[in-house]
Amino acid sequence: MYFFMSDFFEKSNLSRNETEKIISDTLKNCDDGELYLENSKSESILLDDNKIKNSNYNSDLGFGFRAVSDEIVAYSHSNEISKNSLKQSSESLKSTLKSAKGSYNHSIPKSNKKYYKNINPIEQKTLDSKIEILNKVNQYLRSKDNNVKQVTANFSGEQKSIEIIRSGGETLTDVRPLIRFNVSVMLEKNGRKESGVYGIGGRQSYDSYLREDNWKNVCDEALRIASVNLESKPAPAGEMKVVLGPGWPAILIHEAIGHGLEGDFNRKKTSAFHNLMGQKVASEGVTIVDDGTIDNRRGSLTIDDEGTPTEKTVLIENGILKNFMQDRLNARLMKTRSTGSGRRENYRHIVLPRMRNTMMLNGKQTQEEMIKSVDKGIFAVSFGGGQVDITSGKFVFNCTEAYEIINGKIGSPIKGATLIGDGPSILREVSMVGNDMMLDPGIGTCGKAGQGVPVGVAQPSILIDKMTVGGTKL
Amino acid sequence: MVKDQNYLENKASYCLDLAKKLGATDISVFVGNSISETVNFRNKKLDESNRSDNLGIDITTYIGKKKSSISSSNLLNDNLNILIEKCIETTKNTPEDEFNSLPDKDLLAKEVKDLNLYDDNHIENDDKIKYLSRLEIAASNDKRIVNTESSFVEDKSNFILANSDGFCKGFKTSSFIASSVVVAKDDKSMERDYEYNQKCHLKDIKNAEELGKKAAEQTIKKLSPKKIGSEKIAIIFDKRIAKGILSTFASAISSSAISRGTSFLKDKINQKIFSDTINVLDKPDILKGLGSKSFDSEGVKIDTLKLVEQGILNHYLIDTYNGKKLNLKSNGRCGGTSNLYFENGKISFKDLINSNSKSLYITETIGHGSNIVTGDYSVGATGFLIENGEFKYPINEITIAGNFKDMFQNITLANDLEFEYSVNSPTMMVEGMVVAGK
Repeated sequence: MYFFMSDFFEKSNLSRNETEKIISDTLKNCDDGELYLENSKSESILLDDNKIKNSNYNSDLGFGFRAVSDEIVAYSHSNEISKNSLKQSSESLKSTLKSAKGSYNHSIPKSNKKYYKNINPIEQKTLDSKIEILNKVNQYLRSKDNNVKQVTANFSGEQKSIEIIRSGGETLTDVRPLIRFNVSVMLEKNGRKESGVYGIGGRQSYDSYLREDNWKNVCDEALRIASVNLESKPAPAGEMKVVLGPGWPAILIHEAIGHGLEGDFNRKKTSAFHNLMGQKVASEGVTIVDDGTIDNRRGSLTIDDEGTPTEKTVLIENGILKNFMQDRLNARLMKTRSTGSGRRENYRHIVLPRMRNTMMLNGKQTQEEMIKSVDKGIFAVSFGGGQVDITSGKFVFNCTEAYEIINGKIGSPIKGATLIGDGPSILREVSMVGNDMMLDPGIGTCGKAGQGVPVGVAQPSILIDKMTVGGTKL
Repeated sequence: MVKDQNYLENKASYCLDLAKKLGATDISVFVGNSISETVNFRNKKLDESNRSDNLGIDITTYIGKKKSSISSSNLLNDNLNILIEKCIETTKNTPEDEFNSLPDKDLLAKEVKDLNLYDDNHIENDDKIKYLSRLEIAASNDKRIVNTESSFVEDKSNFILANSDGFCKGFKTSSFIASSVVVAKDDKSMERDYEYNQKCHLKDIKNAEELGKKAAEQTIKKLSPKKIGSEKIAIIFDKRIAKGILSTFASAISSSAISRGTSFLKDKINQKIFSDTINVLDKPDILKGLGSKSFDSEGVKIDTLKLVEQGILNHYLIDTYNGKKLNLKSNGRCGGTSNLYFENGKISFKDLINSNSKSLYITETIGHGSNIVTGDYSVGATGFLIENGEFKYPINEITIAGNFKDMFQNITLANDLEFEYSVNSPTMMVEGMVVAGK
């Protein structure tokens, strides 16, 4: 037993034996299910408008009890840790699944690999040292450029410990650190205001982030984006060629392709991709993977939230659709195996198949070649976020730094605009794939069905032959 | 059963006493509990049941002008002891901020009004199942409907807000939500749409068949969409999208955006920011209103505000901290608006869609394309082309863009306001926006 779960069994009237008995009894005619225990500690320290505005500490403890029979999921969660509360949950599950006639699937793969250290980032540094850095950030930015009118900077850190107890008493555990450092700057010049945002993060300690060169780099980047936007002119409207820079612009992959390849939407046949397995969905040379196994990355997981070890799942290989991302439920119903993609925001939510670090791998061309080949188009470097309608396949993402391309040369910066495209066909419009693959800086959160989970993306520069740019200039 | 007032008050006063003993000069505590039971259906069969019991506490402690806060879902006293000690320690180590304080005592609410926000009726999961079956049968009538997912949520909540100036009040609320998401398919396309109904009282929930039928109709209408060319065109926003534009307006007049200087509406008080005919109200005392309340999240009394009158901006949404910074009194809007709405316009929906020979009717937008610093707006959109007052064909894979400063001056509203959400708008036309398509 692990010390971090002692809050469940030592400080309540629940014993581990009794708990296991209730689990096995509740799940006896079910196909799958588990008790998920979670103990998380998190902090956030915010500097805004020249002052430390917030220092917040949160501790959250709770359980989620799940029973699965055929296609039906019964779920009950509570943060009251008592025999009564667990029994009430058990009754709620049994009443939903009173006619269940399944047999419990005990098999779950094992692995000893870990992709991050068992640490609590919050306790590793004093509050004072974090406040000191935030004040330095503020001074640094305001002294660097007279047009800086607002600086917001924050640290957030978390340690989430989970334990999964399956029918029969099998237990799986994980301790997940997560940190993030974010800077946002607003500039004002000749009455015009623009802002720039940049951040870094991952499953590690604050140490490397508190180094001076690192936080200064984040500040410089936020300031650079804001300065570029101060000079921006209205974006064009209509279909044109788009060159995407490496790294964070891979939100495109996440929105356009990623969500549509999640198991649940394909089992339900509501994804625009559900009948395209084995078919060519992208240009040759396009390979996309979803990888939970990169050390210390924001989207990495040692095990997923059902206890399955994560892996590197090939989604599209050289243009051909190879795999969907699966949790246990959708894998069973689609007669395949879980890819270790079962995730939840916390114990309040059911498990869904989700992305981890979604990446397009390197090709052979250079960014220079791509820009040279475009007569009229845009070069998009940084993005705010995106969204997809997985049924129609239409997706958008919002540029926060972009430039026009005229006759093979990068021109003036353009105002933030939304780009829209069609998921199943966009990858066929990719005519060049760069050799400069980059991971994003570690700041992504993906939302689905009201649940946010940390994710990563990566890609090299790419050239898309046709996309609609949502500017105001006709 | 959701925890009663007594339990919540005891927890709150335990925390107030302990924090005071440990050296806090001012304290505020929020304790809340909500229990919800949800049933989900898919293709006329039970898909998921979900019972959720959430207990939580937020504590903010002040030592003079220093402030820090903690939150937790573990309300056992020995956990609270550890957390409050930690909170006081953190407060001591946090720099002073001259604007930190509890609200002025004379602004605190004296009473909790009876706004009929709680319905004690309970709907058993078996009855939710019956409702959803009827809904999904009605939604699946047409052969082109290939997937239906519907849900019924019942939620009961209770809370107490207490502070060291003697404020200690809370109230129960209930919420019932029926919704349905439908997928339709033809040779050329697959489309999705939805219908949603939320009420404080169970008996006010829409008829299941009506809801299912509407979700299906709206989805089928979207099949075989076309993409149009890029042009300047009048945009008509369906009510469910128009209310989002009103919400963006509300975030742009929040005192935090104003005091930080990060809003395109800074310094626009007493100026004309909308067309002459526009009035915007925030009314907290609507009976059974989804946003109704007697006080804001700091305990400050809340009254109706005419935020915009004949196009002129009268008020920001002010909380205590940012109010002090701006030298203004809180108007009870910490945590945002209550029931926010545009007053009805003068013309009917029919006249509105007839006012241009060609316009675009938007039923859904995607993407986070509202920038409240600059007022720039650019989102992906789905809808219909209207010609001479008639819906011609569905449209998708386009974007619409403009700047709120111009858009607000070019709004015409229909007279079809209904109170379906906590933010409500009649159908809205905005002229002069740009559509990007082919």
